[in-house]
Amino acid sequence: MSEKDDLKELADREYEFGFVTDVESDSLPPGLDETTIQEISRLKCEPEWLLEFRLKAYRHWITMTDPSWAKVKRNTIDYQQIIYYSAPKAKKSIDSLDEVDPELLETFEKLGISLDEQKRLSGVAVDAVFDSVSVVTTFSDKLADLGIIFGSFSDAVNKHPELVRKYLGSVVPYTDNFFAALNAAVFSDGSFCYIPAGVQCPMELSTYFRINAAGTGQFERTLIVAEERSTVSYLEGCTAPMRDENQLHAAVVELVALEEATIKYSTIQNWYPGDSEGVGGIYNFVTKRGMCKGDRSKISWTQVETGSAVTWKYPSCVLLGDESVGEFYSVALTNNMQQADTGTKMVHIGKRTTSTIISKGISAGRGQNTYRGLVDVKKGAVGARNFSQCDSMLLGDRCGAHTFPYIEVRNPTAKVEHEATTSKIGEDQIFYCNQRGISTEDAVSMIVNGFCKEVFSELPMEFAVEAQKLLAVSLEGSVG
Amino acid sequence: MSGKKEKQMLEIKGLHASVEGTEILKGLDLEVGKGEVHAIMGPNGSGKSTLANVLAGREEYQVDSGTVKYNGLDLLELAADERACEGIFMAFQYPVSIPGISNAYFLRSALNALRRYRDESEIDAVDFLDLVRSKMELVGMDQKLLQRAVNDGFSGGEKKRNEILQMAVLEPKLAILDETDSGLDIDALRVVAEGVNVLRREDRTFIIVTHYQRLLDYIVPDRVHVLSGGRIVRSGDKDLALELEKEGYSWLEADDAKAGSGA
Repeated sequence: MSEKDDLKELADREYEFGFVTDVESDSLPPGLDETTIQEISRLKCEPEWLLEFRLKAYRHWITMTDPSWAKVKRNTIDYQQIIYYSAPKAKKSIDSLDEVDPELLETFEKLGISLDEQKRLSGVAVDAVFDSVSVVTTFSDKLADLGIIFGSFSDAVNKHPELVRKYLGSVVPYTDNFFAALNAAVFSDGSFCYIPAGVQCPMELSTYFRINAAGTGQFERTLIVAEERSTVSYLEGCTAPMRDENQLHAAVVELVALEEATIKYSTIQNWYPGDSEGVGGIYNFVTKRGMCKGDRSKISWTQVETGSAVTWKYPSCVLLGDESVGEFYSVALTNNMQQADTGTKMVHIGKRTTSTIISKGISAGRGQNTYRGLVDVKKGAVGARNFSQCDSMLLGDRCGAHTFPYIEVRNPTAKVEHEATTSKIGEDQIFYCNQRGISTEDAVSMIVNGFCKEVFSELPMEFAVEAQKLLAVSLEGSVG
Repeated sequence: MSGKKEKQMLEIKGLHASVEGTEILKGLDLEVGKGEVHAIMGPNGSGKSTLANVLAGREEYQVDSGTVKYNGLDLLELAADERACEGIFMAFQYPVSIPGISNAYFLRSALNALRRYRDESEIDAVDFLDLVRSKMELVGMDQKLLQRAVNDGFSGGEKKRNEILQMAVLEPKLAILDETDSGLDIDALRVVAEGVNVLRREDRTFIIVTHYQRLLDYIVPDRVHVLSGGRIVRSGDKDLALELEKEGYSWLEADDAKAGSGA
């Protein structure tokens, strides 16, 4: 009896961000053709060159086929059923927080994202993206004093077209893959961030993505450019309501680090994962790539992936500059029917480039977790070094962990190391905790957190705490 | 004797328990009074560790029949974490490591779990640090071990001392030491024993499971029991341990044979 109650409580608590906000929105009808794209471009008052970019991408996309090589099972996506543009109705253009629909502010408040600059003590600037558009960006004035541009992509297109035009598609061309092409054709908004030479961005920059409207896809595009000797730390978070259908999220993120610049990009991904039987949930098919263009530049990806029905992404680094550094720290957790096929690509081109890959996969329930990674050392990459460590932890005996490391080395002076382990969470460890008074659920959460520590320690402080809590919530009910 | 009942802390009657289908405990009876120190001795395979694990509530140990009363509670009804919250502590023979979780974090989580169970407020990090430092001094443990991951890369001696530290912080009513002396050199043994001795109190009971007498040179027991074939076959005072040290356990088999033929 009590066990039933416990289970029910767990089921109810499964996904706490599953609510829907009741706002009026302007949406295009479902379906995709050149008119849809022209309409998106018109709604966003875009310049001609951007419409051209979109159309080229679309014409390329229709020649491509939906890829199926990932180790995931999923439904076929009907691209004509998706709504490609949905925006909360705005009375007029928004200049300050007071003019934002209170309903929207409340939504972000509920999600734990306070957009009220006055009340915010923590040094985090937030760009909030709701369905297809950015609703507000905090602290942008303060950042502007330093020459930092941080705001919505649409804004940047209008205010800094030369920068956007120079870098858009320079790291992830629209020909890259099926979803990158789709995104290039229909992307609606996202964040743009530019750090001028020599500037150390004084606060965390953060974008919060929220899918709200039913039947919509989210196709945001993020572009971060760090000029010479600048540094920036950026974080994205995301949630979505609980719905029975699978919603597509196909984002593109491009990072450009010039000489001696450092970009740290952290993701806490908590899209709706579907219910315990695998109904609904987000298809999270994202292309993320950073270009270490300048010598001694550094790009570091940290991701905590706990949501989505299917996650399919490989945040990568192209190490072009000599002595540039790429890092990838990942925690991917799959519970119930969730599936993840994730990892990274480290492409060593410059001399003495180094990369580090730390991947922690946790599988619970009937979850399937795949690490797929490529370390590609090109001919000219003299003295390149890579260290990869992929650890998998299994909770229960119905889940799976898979590791596919690909290593291609064309320079004999390169040093590549790969370590992999798979462990089952130990009954001994759980009993040890129990014997000290710690409940099984808390014990599992503690042991898993310990397993992920190397990755969490890479997250900005306040988000590390959030990530730990998120992990605990995502694990609920995973141990009988 | 009404006074005796008052003092009773643990009462085991006719306990049968098995591991993976093999019966190990075969009708064990044992009574332990509050504040007493009892030693359980016996040859390998006699069921000493099984007894410790059954009392702590380890799931792989199946109780087939019998009763265990602990402070008036039906102990066998409680889950392992509830037993811990009720004041039962087991010092493990082989403490496991928990990579990535600091000793300090682990111990504070455990203490707060106990405090929540008792409807007490949780202890904050600052107060906890004060508490744990004083306890570390008490059991003679290096403060550096506080920030290291639980038992991760600890030497055998450090692990055992860590168990004693946990005991000192969690302040159990009943402490069970499962072969805590195994694998320790004489210096480490002395440190562990001294740790136990400073924690002896009139409202704290100890059950010391050991193969060898040498630990009992330092921790003097009130009662000594010999476990053989899944039952207590002899009980006595501390001199029984010395006798066992001299005679070894071979007489048990002779006794068993005698008992068998004499019946």
